Amino acid sequence: MAVAHAPDSASEALVVRDLHKSFAGLEVLKGVSLDARQGDVISMIGSSGSGKSTFLRCINLLEVPDRGVVSVNGETIAMKPGPNGTQLPADNRQVDRIRSRLSMVFQSFNLWTHMTVLENVIEAPIHVLKVPREEAIARAEGLLQKVGIADKRDQYPSHLSGGQQQRCAIARALAMEPQVMLFDEPTSALDPELVGEVLLVMRQLAEEGRTMIIVTHEIDFAREVSNEVVFLHEGRVEEIGPPEQVFDNPRSERCRQFVKRN
Amino acid sequence: MDIELMAEAFPKILSGLPVTMVLAASSLFLGFFLAIVIALLRTSRFRPLAGFAYSFVYVFRGTPLLVQIFLIYYGTGQFEAVRESFLWPVLREAWWCAILALTLNTGAYTSEIIRGGIQAVPFGQIEAAKACGMNAVMRFRRIVFPQAIRQALPAYGNEIILMIKSTSLASTITLLEMTGIARKLISQTYKPLEIFLIAAVFYLALVFIVTRVVAFIEYRLNPEQRDAARVPTAKDLQTAPIGDIDAGFR
Repeated sequence: MAVAHAPDSASEALVVRDLHKSFAGLEVLKGVSLDARQGDVISMIGSSGSGKSTFLRCINLLEVPDRGVVSVNGETIAMKPGPNGTQLPADNRQVDRIRSRLSMVFQSFNLWTHMTVLENVIEAPIHVLKVPREEAIARAEGLLQKVGIADKRDQYPSHLSGGQQQRCAIARALAMEPQVMLFDEPTSALDPELVGEVLLVMRQLAEEGRTMIIVTHEIDFAREVSNEVVFLHEGRVEEIGPPEQVFDNPRSERCRQFVKRN
Repeated sequence: MDIELMAEAFPKILSGLPVTMVLAASSLFLGFFLAIVIALLRTSRFRPLAGFAYSFVYVFRGTPLLVQIFLIYYGTGQFEAVRESFLWPVLREAWWCAILALTLNTGAYTSEIIRGGIQAVPFGQIEAAKACGMNAVMRFRRIVFPQAIRQALPAYGNEIILMIKSTSLASTITLLEMTGIARKLISQTYKPLEIFLIAAVFYLALVFIVTRVVAFIEYRLNPEQRDAARVPTAKDLQTAPIGDIDAGFR
């Protein structure tokens, strides 16, 4: 069943087809699809409960979609039938491999508390990608420089502000040299005065041409950095298009109301 | 108080100290690995394994250690099959029976301590590891276990102390560790106060050293909490210059 929907174009960085996901009988995603080419910055907006975070978490299988297909750089994640008409990953090693190419930045940072900033950044490159330690450290130092916390390299996450923690999490994600970066409401847990520093780093990444899928409430930011905006409503794509269309001239009434409210 | 007798008893009981320490150390060492296995089984999603681990813990926590020692030392020898099996060279020795009972006992208790530590690891930490492509073994080894140990260490320090004192029960099956030697001396001198006092002092000293070592390990393992007492300054919290606050001071 996984192969049946295999995407035709291998040049796509990420192809998601017809994702469905239910939690305890409640259908959160009712068939969501998304295509991201190399260098696309796609923002996903929508009110809470619209399914945008769940969608993002289905891409790297932190949630296993009940139905639907995910392909990264032309490689489709193989699924096998699970209980009650759902599906399960057929090969956990493939899932791990694909996850290593899709790094994720979480709302609550999720830095490993027992490791320093530098150790957080080099952990997965050394153990998952098998990068030699010295090389991983050199690269991590460059990344910490880039996100502006080079002076914090030997500190523990609990000693950093939220904005610094999130920037460290972005450095950790970048260290994997991902093909696609997934951002799950990266500024929602931050104090208002710390939001700017994180958005600044993300804007820089977008300008470098990184492929990014961003779930966000920051409408102005989404308008500025994305080349495509997706408005989700009750588990469906209600509006999709360039930011000018979605924000200034939406076809859907719900999207118009949502944009007005924010 | 017979000070002279106490001075005489001192080196004799001291000679039992290595036995006490080896009993405690070897059963703690073996019991720790047993505990990791039991804790993993206990948190397994496969019901029969979790059930087995639960029963093991229930039995060894639910019965007195003394009864366990007697059952292993006196009980197993009743069976012809055991006496003829390859286990007999082990089970006929009081020494190995004591180690076996202590290991199983501490394994059961420690597994619960480790399970608590594992379950206290925030889910987001594991998700972050998954999202980087770490497999289950790597996640456990690099993320879950190190955090679980830090969480479990204070409770485990307690368990080490309990185990040191529990070795005294080995004296009931003829082992001459500190308590065993003390009992032998008392049967010769009928002076329990003097002799048990000396034994108590040795246990106190041993426990004192263990407490310090555990506190030191705790200190070493928790650098992120070590400096936490230091009040963060504005400089720690913000890298960007904070104009407003500066203006306020001027």
